[in-house]
Amino acid sequence: MLRGDLEGEDLERYVEERVVTTTFEKMLNYARSNSIFPLTFGLACCAIEAPISVVTARYDLARFGAEALRASPRQADLIILSGRVSIKMAPVVRRLYDQMLEPKWAISMGACSSSGGMFSNYAVVQGADKFMPIDLHIPGCPPRPEAVLYGFTKLQRKIQGNPDQSWRGRYNAAGTEEWARGGPASTPSAEAAAAYLEARELSRA
Amino acid sequence: MAEQIDLTADRTTELMTVNIGPHHPATHGVLRLIVDLEGEVVRDLKPVIGYVHTGIEKSCEDKSYWKVIPFVERMDYVSYFFQMEAYCGAVERLVGLEIPPRAKYLRTIFLELNRIHSHLVWLGTTALDLGAISMLWYCFRERDRILDLFEMATGQRMHTRYFQVGGVIEDIPLGFEAKCRSFVEDMPVRVGQYEALLDRNEVFLQRTKGVGIVSRERLLELGVTGPLLRAAGEPWDLRKTFDYLAYPELDFKIPVGTVGDNYDRYRVRVAEMVESASIVGQALDRLEDGPFIADDRKYVLPPRSELSTSMESLIHHFKLVTEGFRVDPGEVYYAIESPRGELGCFVLADGSSKPSRVHFRDPSFVNLQAFKDMALDSYVADMICSLGMLDPILGGVDR
Amino acid sequence: MPDAPGLELIRGEIERDHPGAVLATSFDRDQPALIVDPEQILAVLSWLRDTPGQRYRFLSSLHVADYLPAAPRFGVHYELLNRDRVERIRVKAMLADPEGDALPEIDSCTELFPTANFQEREAFDFFGIVFDGHPDLTRILLPDDYVGWPQRRDFPVGGEPVTFTYNERNYG
Repeated sequence: MLRGDLEGEDLERYVEERVVTTTFEKMLNYARSNSIFPLTFGLACCAIEAPISVVTARYDLARFGAEALRASPRQADLIILSGRVSIKMAPVVRRLYDQMLEPKWAISMGACSSSGGMFSNYAVVQGADKFMPIDLHIPGCPPRPEAVLYGFTKLQRKIQGNPDQSWRGRYNAAGTEEWARGGPASTPSAEAAAAYLEARELSRA
Repeated sequence: MAEQIDLTADRTTELMTVNIGPHHPATHGVLRLIVDLEGEVVRDLKPVIGYVHTGIEKSCEDKSYWKVIPFVERMDYVSYFFQMEAYCGAVERLVGLEIPPRAKYLRTIFLELNRIHSHLVWLGTTALDLGAISMLWYCFRERDRILDLFEMATGQRMHTRYFQVGGVIEDIPLGFEAKCRSFVEDMPVRVGQYEALLDRNEVFLQRTKGVGIVSRERLLELGVTGPLLRAAGEPWDLRKTFDYLAYPELDFKIPVGTVGDNYDRYRVRVAEMVESASIVGQALDRLEDGPFIADDRKYVLPPRSELSTSMESLIHHFKLVTEGFRVDPGEVYYAIESPRGELGCFVLADGSSKPSRVHFRDPSFVNLQAFKDMALDSYVADMICSLGMLDPILGGVDR
Repeated sequence: MPDAPGLELIRGEIERDHPGAVLATSFDRDQPALIVDPEQILAVLSWLRDTPGQRYRFLSSLHVADYLPAAPRFGVHYELLNRDRVERIRVKAMLADPEGDALPEIDSCTELFPTANFQEREAFDFFGIVFDGHPDLTRILLPDDYVGWPQRRDFPVGGEPVTFTYNERNYG
């Protein structure tokens, strides 16, 4: 194309079809989400499913750009807590998380690291939320590698600034813990409260 | 003010204490090693464990006997069927329950498939540590086939809670036998491929031959069992010495090494994979029709089809699910051969519906005591190789 | 396993060499057990290991069970194995809980069976049983500064109660 080939409207349309404008933030987030470097960190049973099994050929994590597993926390930006966090390991995990550089994300994989899992006892921290911020929880015991990949894509959407609407947003609801402890979400909206009372009346009728 | 540094002093003889782990690319699980190094030579080694201690044994005291099964399988998380067998076998001996022949063969099939699975995970991760990175992908390709078989029969890939007191929880579905047979036929070919990659590989040989030798007597003193002991030349395998499940009726060999170095340990485990495949094939041949779980309604859930017709079945079902069965006071220790050695389960019953003490003699926990002997006076790289060949699973070590 | 008469024979022979060591025998569910006085545990173990007819040279497992509310409370179990004849025998030493803050003590058998090293540390870690003569008796699985002996029967399981809406609404 030379200058002068297209004029006016034709030129505008030509340019529109070929150029994408976006913000720098969006482009940066797009790049970040598609080239995550996970930390090679496995605690217990979930570690066999991820990071080991998810990286292997059948459930290839490399197709999402996360092939470069890094051993050093300084070079990684995603920590997948795969397995039960015992009380002896918790400070170690926190230290690893602190050593990672911003921006960093944490996925709590499996029931044990999300909430203590089946081990409600003296030795397991009841949820890694208790000592570090977690961006995504993946339920399962152990979650299938497909579930981990689904969680991973959710995390990618979150990084791109377009997080999936959680159940709190979708249903205008509050979690039991928040509600019980009288937190800000302990009063549902007027419509939700009315709908709940109506449903209770119906079920008692 | 400044001290004069003696530049002529020999600095290589100074002992340096290095902390390896608990997060390290090469430790198999969260094992922490405090190593005293003189240059690159290991002079002292202290394993610090407990980073994945889950209090499973304490949790088990709070649960009825059948609810303990999912807890107990999560100890050594790669060989989960073995923990289930050790526990269910111990409770069956406490209760005096005989399992039907079909259940024996089914249990044997799943145990041997799990043994192959455990050795595949070991081979993939150990070769990865040594630098033969492509082995991981090949081994996990086979492992995914085994997990497909598990999922077909039980619904879960790992931690299947398939064994119950009295037998197995469900019969195998149609098509399982054909798929299993095709896997069993393929396995020796694949193992041949692994051996072609590693057996005569010059780098692998240099790293493993003559490394990590511990004498047979020392291993026996330390209580080491399993492939580590067999690689040192002692033909001790609980499958042959104690009659349990269907092993007395099956024909298989025990691979035994000669020197006891890391190369022998590798060869022993790879040969065990082939033997296990043949055991599964034989067990499939001899599988007869029949019940897959014992008939005693005091301990075993009745089949669901009966619940709508028989009142007693409903009562038994209710009692078993809510309270569980009661076991007369007594204690039993039952040991089987897991991929890592002797896995023993001690159950103490006090007459109630919950076990009073469940203790597992985990092979990795005891084998770890031999690690110091294996790695002393050798290079750090040899220590990493020995750690891989030791095959500890920290879930079992820490319980 | 030595059968019930065989077990009594073993008891008789130990009585000859170490009188008063064996307090009782038990043959339950086809598993023989010798209940032994804790003061003489090393004598019995070395007798079983070294006597030419016995040779139980492999210690499979050393573990402790808490028999609360029965007294004496702690049972230290030694699972011995004779690999030549393929026979198992269990030796139990019952320890009582001393008054106050003292911890129950028993001799360590790491000299006889080096495999007991980690296993005695684990017993100390979970039950608070002190093994005299152990080279390094420290906590092994729990953090070093942990207070309490978790596996004792009177130690609570721990954990957190799950927040259920019903309970929160009705019981606060």
